[in-house]
Amino acid sequence: MSGEHMDIDKHVRTYVLVFAGLMVLTLVTVAISYLELPLGPAVALALFVAIVKGSLVACFFMHLIDERKLVYWVLGFTVFFFFCCLLGPWLSEINEIGPDLLN
Amino acid sequence: MDAIPYTVEERPDTGLNNVKIGIWLFLASEVMLFGALFASYILLRVGAPPGTWPVHGHEYLDVPLATLNTAFLITSSVTMVMAWAALMRQRQAGTSDLRKYRIYMALTVALGFGFLIIKYFEYSAKFHHHWYPSTNNFLAIYFVLTGLHGLHVIGGMAVNGYLLVNTKMWKTAPQQFANRVETAGLFWHFVDLVWIFLFPILYLL
Repeated sequence: MSGEHMDIDKHVRTYVLVFAGLMVLTLVTVAISYLELPLGPAVALALFVAIVKGSLVACFFMHLIDERKLVYWVLGFTVFFFFCCLLGPWLSEINEIGPDLLN
Repeated sequence: MDAIPYTVEERPDTGLNNVKIGIWLFLASEVMLFGALFASYILLRVGAPPGTWPVHGHEYLDVPLATLNTAFLITSSVTMVMAWAALMRQRQAGTSDLRKYRIYMALTVALGFGFLIIKYFEYSAKFHHHWYPSTNNFLAIYFVLTGLHGLHVIGGMAVNGYLLVNTKMWKTAPQQFANRVETAGLFWHFVDLVWIFLFPILYLL
């Protein structure tokens, strides 16, 4: 975003709204942790809120909502390899339970 | 010697200047660095024998302090982007008043400093209880993740501090200076983004 011709006031209003949203979502994250939910739903909910918060930061503070195509490509590859990285623990788990599945 | 091209103007083929594409490639490498550590966290947690992993992070960690730290980082992200907006407003108006920029940038650095002070108290409390990275796997991954994140906070503060104090370029090359602030901001928001994920997985789950 070059910023040469953009409406700064509109952007500033958006930043303030996103800031308020992030603060509220932080309190929501903490409140969820006190609900004593089982691990599965607790992880799913906490990660969902974290993904929403992360998306707000990336889209509005990092201006990803209005970025060039090449940046999206770079991030697309990064997300792909990031999930490949997270596959490691899953494959390890499969390796652990694999012999049991065969028996 | 010719100046390096496309430091300010956008390349016709990508629509980006070199600085922008450079910082995004760097952030991509950072995602992989933290991604590997997140994967390690999952592996350690899933593979932990029953009873060896804390039921909740707050058995060891201080949630109110970490919540305050989250608020500090989120606030510093908004002051960072406001510092950049203050510069862009001056660019559009054709003026060069840096007062608002300085206030927002100083707040950003101060909030980063506040984050580190709270982290210092958190670490001190752990050491007071003789809880070290060698104590168990949870504390090991906690210290590695938060320690690496803390180093990123220090790095971001160093760059932001430099841009706060050294504003000479604003007079000679204002758009290049604004681009530097935007680039430093992208790194700072990334540091905030990492903390947004660290906070629930370490402290709350």
